[in-house]
Amino acid sequence: MIPMLIGISLVTLIIMHLAPGDPTSIRYGLNPEVSQSARAKLVQLYGLDKPILTQYVMWLKRILTLDFGRSLLDDRPVITKIMERLPATLLLNILSLILIFGIALPIGVTAAVKYDSVFDKVTTIFVFIGFATPTFWFALMLIMLFGFQLGWFPISGMRPWYVEYYSLGGQIKDLVWHLILPLVATSFGGLAGISRYAKSSMLEAIRQDYIRTARSKGLKERRVIYRHALKNAVLPLITILGFILPSLIGGSFIFETIFAWPGMGRLGYEAIMNYDYTTVMGVGIISTLLTLVGILISDIAYAVVDPRIRYK
Amino acid sequence: MIHKKRNKKSLFLFSKLIPLLFAVLILYPQSPVFAQKNLQPSSGDAFVTAEIGDARILIPFLADDSASSGLCGLIFNGLTKLDRDLDIVGDAAERWEVSEDGLVITFYLRKNIKWHDGYPFTSQDIKFTYDLIRDPQNGCPYISSYADIEKMDILDDYTIRFKYKKPYAPALLKLGMGIVPKHILQGQDMRTSDFKRNPIGTGPYKFKKWKTDEYTVLEANEEYFEHAPYIQRHITRIIPNQAIQFLELVAGSVDSMTLTPYQYIYRTSGPRFTKSFNKYSYLSHAYTYIGYNLEDPLFKDRRVRQALSYAIDKKEIIDGVLLGLGEICSGPFLKGTRFYNEEAEGYPYDIEKAKTLLGEAGWSDHDGDGILDKDGIPFKFKLITNQGNKARQDIATIAQRQLSRLGIKVEIQTIAWAAFLNEFIDKKKFQAVILGWTTPQDPDCYSVWHSEAAQEGGLNFISYKNKEVDELIVKGNTTFDVEKREAIYKKIHKIISVDAPYTFLYFPYATPAVSKRFRGIDPAPAGIGYNFIDWHVSPDERKY
Amino acid sequence: MRLVFKQKKIIFGLGLIIIMIALAIFAKFICPQDPYQINLGEHEKLQPPSFEHFFGTDDLGRDVFTRIVYGARISISVGFIAVLISLLIGVLLGAVSGYYGGKADWLIMRLVEIMLCIPTIFLILMALAFLGPSIRNVMIIIGLTSWAGLARLVRAEFLTLRERDYVLAAKILGASDARIIFRHILPNALSPVWVNATLGVGGAILIEAALSFLGLGVQIPTPSWGNILTDGIYYVDSAWWLMIFPGLFILTTVLSFNLVGEGLRDVLDPRLRK
Repeated sequence: MIPMLIGISLVTLIIMHLAPGDPTSIRYGLNPEVSQSARAKLVQLYGLDKPILTQYVMWLKRILTLDFGRSLLDDRPVITKIMERLPATLLLNILSLILIFGIALPIGVTAAVKYDSVFDKVTTIFVFIGFATPTFWFALMLIMLFGFQLGWFPISGMRPWYVEYYSLGGQIKDLVWHLILPLVATSFGGLAGISRYAKSSMLEAIRQDYIRTARSKGLKERRVIYRHALKNAVLPLITILGFILPSLIGGSFIFETIFAWPGMGRLGYEAIMNYDYTTVMGVGIISTLLTLVGILISDIAYAVVDPRIRYK
Repeated sequence: MIHKKRNKKSLFLFSKLIPLLFAVLILYPQSPVFAQKNLQPSSGDAFVTAEIGDARILIPFLADDSASSGLCGLIFNGLTKLDRDLDIVGDAAERWEVSEDGLVITFYLRKNIKWHDGYPFTSQDIKFTYDLIRDPQNGCPYISSYADIEKMDILDDYTIRFKYKKPYAPALLKLGMGIVPKHILQGQDMRTSDFKRNPIGTGPYKFKKWKTDEYTVLEANEEYFEHAPYIQRHITRIIPNQAIQFLELVAGSVDSMTLTPYQYIYRTSGPRFTKSFNKYSYLSHAYTYIGYNLEDPLFKDRRVRQALSYAIDKKEIIDGVLLGLGEICSGPFLKGTRFYNEEAEGYPYDIEKAKTLLGEAGWSDHDGDGILDKDGIPFKFKLITNQGNKARQDIATIAQRQLSRLGIKVEIQTIAWAAFLNEFIDKKKFQAVILGWTTPQDPDCYSVWHSEAAQEGGLNFISYKNKEVDELIVKGNTTFDVEKREAIYKKIHKIISVDAPYTFLYFPYATPAVSKRFRGIDPAPAGIGYNFIDWHVSPDERKY
Repeated sequence: MRLVFKQKKIIFGLGLIIIMIALAIFAKFICPQDPYQINLGEHEKLQPPSFEHFFGTDDLGRDVFTRIVYGARISISVGFIAVLISLLIGVLLGAVSGYYGGKADWLIMRLVEIMLCIPTIFLILMALAFLGPSIRNVMIIIGLTSWAGLARLVRAEFLTLRERDYVLAAKILGASDARIIFRHILPNALSPVWVNATLGVGGAILIEAALSFLGLGVQIPTPSWGNILTDGIYYVDSAWWLMIFPGLFILTTVLSFNLVGEGLRDVLDPRLRK
């Protein structure tokens, strides 16, 4: 964990220096006055005029205290801007993770148990299509069909402006209603991936010797599969949990723009397009930290599920 | 409004395909329309509009994006404003006097103006605001429009006198900048203050709520000095994709947006749409052009630039990109005003003339490869524009095709806005560029066409330098007599047209759609947003 | 029986890929029209599919079928070249890491973990925003950001293979490290690499499309599938053919690469056999 953090801080420091020409020459309007102050701000913020080691220490301190300075676009603290949007991104991504695992696991396991059955073949086809669909295309199709043509769900946004006039229950119901299309869109690709992993992992588990032994001892098939094989199949999947996060967060860049979802991905995208340097760095670090947290959680979960495995 | 302000803002506006509609949202007393219909307006309902990007800073003199400027126009008042016919009238000022030599302007304020928090509005606030604007520390992008102010004298709470160092014709228009409250902002750092996300103004709407990247809510100011607006709430939803915006409009969750030409012509003619929406079209106060970097050897020869202007078929571009919803442009002034020179010939499509001119300049296909060349150098250049603007991308594609008929090879590059400005425009690292300018109400064009504005970072990034034009521009912005100014600017128009540093393309139409339940909309040269406080919804049609 | 099914996957996928590549190579003969040909006539813009225009026309009156066929060139080559770059980096780093172990291994593996931690699309967007989008940059940057998984795979293979007798024998005979790595170990370590690379081509095609959507893809008016699809978004509620056809082409192509990849995995990975 610690080496990761140091590594990431180094990589981002390098990125900072790789920016085109001089990162401090960036400005936003056609106006020399503003450019001067932006330049001064960046030099001061990152200590770009100081020796590289000092720069690194300053940068590390910023990461540890989550202090990324102020946005070059509107002078608000970067961390405030991120915190404003983080709940929306987390809500969508965590629900999406739950949905992915909640649906993909049973699908994958069943496909493995009923290897070569109709169910297996149908889900295999689904997996292939899920892997091959351009995500934003799929999202737009969803919006067109269920949001626009049929009008079953809202087209975009997280809540209407009059949401405060609803009761708490009404607000939750409304949020769920707004969540459905974005959730389907964000989990579609992951669903395919995880169910495939679940299937192959389960297949492998079923073919282990001790399962055969258990079977030959005459244990009931259900018991064999769900007691013994499942546990062994789930273990490797837990480690994937940590690594599916970057792709989910990466997906937010696209989905949040389409669904007008007020999250961090949209902030990061707009910051990149506007050369809002401080915000770009902030979003980069925060999303990486999120992944680290995800990995940590999956490590802990691993230890919980299988106490024999000690965290080294 | 403010000339330089408009010019800078224009890049933003155009880049986001948003019209000036709400950037120049101005108020006008009782419109004649509902007098005819004999409807008694009453207050209620909400107006929901959509923007591509969220507002950034709700301080009028720091706002340089269209979303922020639009909201500022509803929350704040300036000394002056433009009315429905784009004439300058008083806003916070009841009347004013201009001295004989044009150097002194005395404003007499309305006495019934109150800040949204109940404080009285006085001349102190005005001096405070312009002191902030003129302090370089605050980084106001429009600072140069106020550089000629020598001093401001507060005569009493409701009288203030501006003294200029030299006559400045656009002064009245530029003094329309929104005024901010002294009693709140005194001693605060403008850029980091809370105020920019929680503003208090004097305007018809009070700021109520801001959910970042979702929506902003404004509420009617019942105490507004003209009269309380009828529409109770003004909501701006942020929907970053235009196609999705349109779906939301048709679905009814948004009441108004700017239609694309395609939507205007084809998607809004069906009964589902016409039953619930009105659409409007009027000339935008903006034009689109292809600019040539005059420091590039390729474009040094005037004949070459003229040839390009002849070879680019503006009509075909208007039909192709705007589906006809635009008018050909021949110079940098607002079409329909007295300063626009209708007699300037411009460059009607004429490929033969283009070929002749290029031949005279030494360009012809010597080596027979289909591409013109001169001294062994082929006629190739890169045409850049900003990413995310479909109209400009289509112009680039069409112009590329049109110039290929002449044997000129064009490579297109689209670049994200920030990089576009920083890496290419400011550093003059480009050959040709597609961009747009808004045409301000005042014709002063110093910041775009004067040779002084050609330094790095200036708006004259194509480096147009013409002594005669320089002199005329200076003469124009120190002359108050309208007739004399007309002659001056018509001449500038003519000279620039002949020099062809730009290929002027078109003035597009602004094409907003608004839900039918809103009455009292009165399209005028200023657009439709200028009388927003008079819009109303009859009680049986109210939605919110 | 199962083997046939597996081969079916590969044959089916490979067949489709060959068709796509043939489209790309013989675009000129298949579509005599010019993909850049604009027709701004009233009855030529945004026409639905017909005999004249199989996939209809776009907002500038260009033939969508022609653009998709030419777009195959761009999109498929983006896929291949990006994967080639990530192969070069991934295999080299993985080989060094697995063969030498020690400090080099530690360093490379940390780098791999970091690469896997940072959202790839974020890195790609940042790089493209700074360097400017072009076909070349899109290929290179996708390649530069997608090698981490490959490096891991190759390292794992090297870790087991370097202990084999024939490697030890080669060492005793005085073969150079480079020779051992490239001549003796690498050929035996390649099977998971092939699977990964095949899947990678599809992935890169998808990333290209997403980049176009975000405005940082291949420059207009070059027809790439992502560009054609993105143009279509403006007409999502009316001109369905502008979104459906390029979408289906992307889907089919990526699907074929994935089929081949999965087929290869089934054949090469003994653990999945009964």
